[in-house]
Amino acid sequence: MKAATEKQAGSDRQIAPRHDLVPVRPDRPRNDGTDLRPAWFENTTVNLSAAERRAATLATRRTVKKAWQAAWLVRAIECIDLTTLAGDDTPGRVERLCAKARWPLRADLAEALGLSGYGLHTGAVCVYPSMVPDAVRALEGTGISVASVATGFPAGLTPLSTRLAEIRYAVEQGADEIDIVIHRAQVLTGDWPALYDELRRMREACGQAHMKAILATGELKTLTNVYRASMVAMMAGADFIKTSTGMEAVNATLPVSLVMVRAIRDYLGFTGLHVGFKPAGGIRAAKDAIAWLILMKEELGADWLRPDLFRIGASSLLGDIERQIEHYVTGRYSSADRHGMA
Amino acid sequence: MNDIPSILRTMEYGPAPEDARIVKDWLASHGKGFGHFIGGAFTRPAPKDAFDVFNPATGDRIASVTRGNAKDVDAAVAAATRAFSKWSALSGNRRARHLYALARHVQKHARFLAVLETIDNGKTIRETRDIDIPLVARHFYHHAGWAELRDEEFPGHAPVGVCGQIIPWNFPLLMLAWKVAPALAAGCTVVLKSAEHTPLTALAFAGICREAGLPDGVFNLVNGDGETGSALAGHDGIAKLAFTGSTAVGRILRRQTAGQAKKLSLELGGKSPFIVFENADIDAAIEGVVDAIWFNQGEVCCAGSRALVQEGIAARFHDKLKARMETLRVGDPLDKAIDIGAVVAPVQIESIRAKVEAGIAEGATMWQPSWAPSVPSGSQAAGCFFPPTLFTHVAPASSLAQEEIFGPVLATMTFRTPGEAIELANNSRYGLAASIWSQDLDTAFDAARRVKAGVVWINSTNLFDAAAGFGGYKESGFGREGGREGMLEYLVPAWTKKAKPVTAARPIAAPVPVSGRDAPGGEGLGLDRTVKMYIGGKQARPDSGYSYPVLDAKGRTITEAGLGNRKDIRNAVEAARKAGAWTAMTGHGRAQVLYFLAENLELRAAEFATRLSAMTGASADSAGHEVAAAAARIMYYAAWADKYDGAVRAPQPRMLSLALNEAWEVMGISCPDDSPLLAFVSLVAPAIAMGSRVVVTPSPRHPLAACDFYQLLDTSDVPGGVVNIVTGDRDELADTMAKHDDIAAHWYFGTTEGAAMVERESAGNLKAVWSNQGKQRDWLDGHQGQGAEFLFNAVRVKTIWTPFGI
Repeated sequence: MKAATEKQAGSDRQIAPRHDLVPVRPDRPRNDGTDLRPAWFENTTVNLSAAERRAATLATRRTVKKAWQAAWLVRAIECIDLTTLAGDDTPGRVERLCAKARWPLRADLAEALGLSGYGLHTGAVCVYPSMVPDAVRALEGTGISVASVATGFPAGLTPLSTRLAEIRYAVEQGADEIDIVIHRAQVLTGDWPALYDELRRMREACGQAHMKAILATGELKTLTNVYRASMVAMMAGADFIKTSTGMEAVNATLPVSLVMVRAIRDYLGFTGLHVGFKPAGGIRAAKDAIAWLILMKEELGADWLRPDLFRIGASSLLGDIERQIEHYVTGRYSSADRHGMA
Repeated sequence: MNDIPSILRTMEYGPAPEDARIVKDWLASHGKGFGHFIGGAFTRPAPKDAFDVFNPATGDRIASVTRGNAKDVDAAVAAATRAFSKWSALSGNRRARHLYALARHVQKHARFLAVLETIDNGKTIRETRDIDIPLVARHFYHHAGWAELRDEEFPGHAPVGVCGQIIPWNFPLLMLAWKVAPALAAGCTVVLKSAEHTPLTALAFAGICREAGLPDGVFNLVNGDGETGSALAGHDGIAKLAFTGSTAVGRILRRQTAGQAKKLSLELGGKSPFIVFENADIDAAIEGVVDAIWFNQGEVCCAGSRALVQEGIAARFHDKLKARMETLRVGDPLDKAIDIGAVVAPVQIESIRAKVEAGIAEGATMWQPSWAPSVPSGSQAAGCFFPPTLFTHVAPASSLAQEEIFGPVLATMTFRTPGEAIELANNSRYGLAASIWSQDLDTAFDAARRVKAGVVWINSTNLFDAAAGFGGYKESGFGREGGREGMLEYLVPAWTKKAKPVTAARPIAAPVPVSGRDAPGGEGLGLDRTVKMYIGGKQARPDSGYSYPVLDAKGRTITEAGLGNRKDIRNAVEAARKAGAWTAMTGHGRAQVLYFLAENLELRAAEFATRLSAMTGASADSAGHEVAAAAARIMYYAAWADKYDGAVRAPQPRMLSLALNEAWEVMGISCPDDSPLLAFVSLVAPAIAMGSRVVVTPSPRHPLAACDFYQLLDTSDVPGGVVNIVTGDRDELADTMAKHDDIAAHWYFGTTEGAAMVERESAGNLKAVWSNQGKQRDWLDGHQGQGAEFLFNAVRVKTIWTPFGI
């Protein structure tokens, strides 16, 4: 992610240094992609039943309890792309969302967890392009990234020129991250060169902003398609690969995520380059967030338990996490109205 | 250590202990020890003759359990015998209700049983909670159904009687369920001997039987060790012995029960191949390895302990496997986030360690995860842990590739071609299971059919279901548990209950040198000829150079027959081994040959009848009747040849499980003296109809019927080597066949002593033996002389699990 310090210059609110808890890796090069290398993925097919079995047992083989659970939920908060992508979004709504991103956890709870002064905040906020200026304004000086969807989100079927212009607009307005959508037809017809070329051009349009490539896996249908599309997106220079827009009939699932993180692992093996992962859509419960964190730790390792390589796209998840954390702190089951809404 | 900022730094998992308080309280409440469970009541603990039970994860002594002696076994068998008549006579619906109640009560106590099993055995709570106990409940539910359906689905069958059952320590309660549920469903009563290392869940189950209202004496439990097991196995009062455990002990039990007219099923060891083709989903296969060999600490008879990886992907496979091994967690099995718990006992750790050291000495390369040195060394106090271990560069001859380790140790080898994969896979005395990884249907099914194993998992491993039969080929044992085939292990044809004993056989006449004028075949009664044997499609002289006189009913010599010896059997087995094309034929193809054979027999019916009369003194009518019955019988099995091919089960959504009836390939058949033509045909026809090639010794006293038969084989397009006929002394030849390691099954229909000998000697390669057990059989009778019993014994069931989906 873009270094937090850039934005801290004009900050009116001092953000505590978080480096000791979330070490940054400045030496890690950004994924600039590779040539299109079909040999890396064309012979790979994914076995659905085996993937489902692994996905189903991830959270039965691993669990976190008590303090560990609370800490993992804090980490989940740090990885959330707090999202609003609705037709009725207004500047006021975005402002409120940004406020929640800055103060995601009630102060007394943060204190009880020993995190006062830690400057806990979500990984980013994620909005439509026209809302970027409002978000940038609301988050100025906080170090919180602004992510914008682009490229004809969610279907991605506007002309390429329009899609690229949309990226450039969002970047110009100050977005740090662009969540682009791929052209699903290129996957469904196996037109990998076309997919690669479009994503390459999108990545160029992103410039310094990080590109998160949304595969819309619910529309790719097969896990083999998911794997291949993941590889092409990474070859084209995606900084993150992301499951869903949240608008498909099927959103983020663990089997799909498993296949995507294994693609990330294979890509790392081929190139030495780290690519992030973002599940999005339908992740609403704290225990789902834990399951995805377990997936990351098991399949990719602890490096992927940080917001520079892992994000969760969610809007209502945070509320459940807050309630679970309050339960950890007080021993009482909490209610939603005890926590500030987004 | 557990402050939130510190955890955020490391993102470790932290402890996640399962609460064991209720189980510990229960164990404490039995501080005076456990007795047996006999006739519906627990016996008083006998502290003087008790053994201690330890938690292998902590070394803590958790219980004292009474060791059963011969008296206890007597009492338990007596209780089971008393309960049998009433229990077996209950309606299917009543028995179903009892089994259903057991299932419900197991579910009700699921967590208790899971925790108890973990404390007793050392296996992880994840496995007991998610795998063992749910499968136990499933097994009782499924068999509640079989109890309901027994009379409808198994007409003409009766429960075998009181069953002795001996279970191992690796899946204590699950193996109990696999044994007890089908027995009870069939209408049998049982005496179960639990494993010495892990007796506790069986004791808890005994309590459940009381709670669920199971009638007294239907389930009896005797705790103990090998001696107790031996007392049970050898007990006169049991009609059936079911054993799961090591091949070595299986062999002992096979010998011990020989001649005791007991039904026997053995589920023994394995060195199951885990085959990864280059077109596999490698990540899926890696996770499969975890489920194959790091499931239950590798203490699994069907563990995929021998990975065969196509050479081109081996380096990548091993890299990925090592990375995966680094993330495995070994430790407290009560922790919910542990992959590998404790090995059952220090003695098992020592055994694993010795085999690992032998493997290193043999030149294989060992690899363990970086954290392996931190795993406690395996002393009792520290807990019995062993890190996941990988061997590469394992030679097929290495003990690592041949011997069961029963621990978390994987041996890997590479192969070049699919054909070589199968050769390596089958290069084992065992044949329990195989796991096949390929995304290509052709590759996967080809391997599934060619691998010699009772259970084949395609793109999966270690899946179990009550509806899918489980059991081995070769030295992994015989008999199946689960499914319809499993029920048949606890049933017998009802007529056998009233069958008369066989009369003592008269010996054959003293041998004489082979006559020089041995014109084969010929028309009419060739009184002065020596009939030859028939091996590999050719007439053969006896190796011995001797023949023996064949007498008619009045004791007159009517011809001479070759006196076969061990070398003739050897040659016949070699010929049968070579005739693999017969097994590969379609059922339809075999049916055509059999129909042709029946047709040709009918053409020569009069001639065969005359010969039968001459040999046995049977009336012309009676002889004609036998020949007609023989022809009809051949047609009967021709009819079945393309129909008795198996079943499809669907134990999971998006899963086809095939129960394939596969041929034994090379079988030995020892024919009786009565109905010499019909019995010969009744035994040979089902065997070859199902695709086996046979070495058959016809009636020693009346061999002529069979020897004439080879002319029919010649003229009916039966390929050479499919039926090989060796004449001579039945038991001498049966002895050689029983000891022949390339014969997979032996049907023996001779004397009581002969049956005992065959059963005893079959222990060498643990071939399946089907014998008359000293009982007479009316070969002309439609129930006794043909039918499902013959077909069932003519095949071994291979269960192929085929998950699918896109």
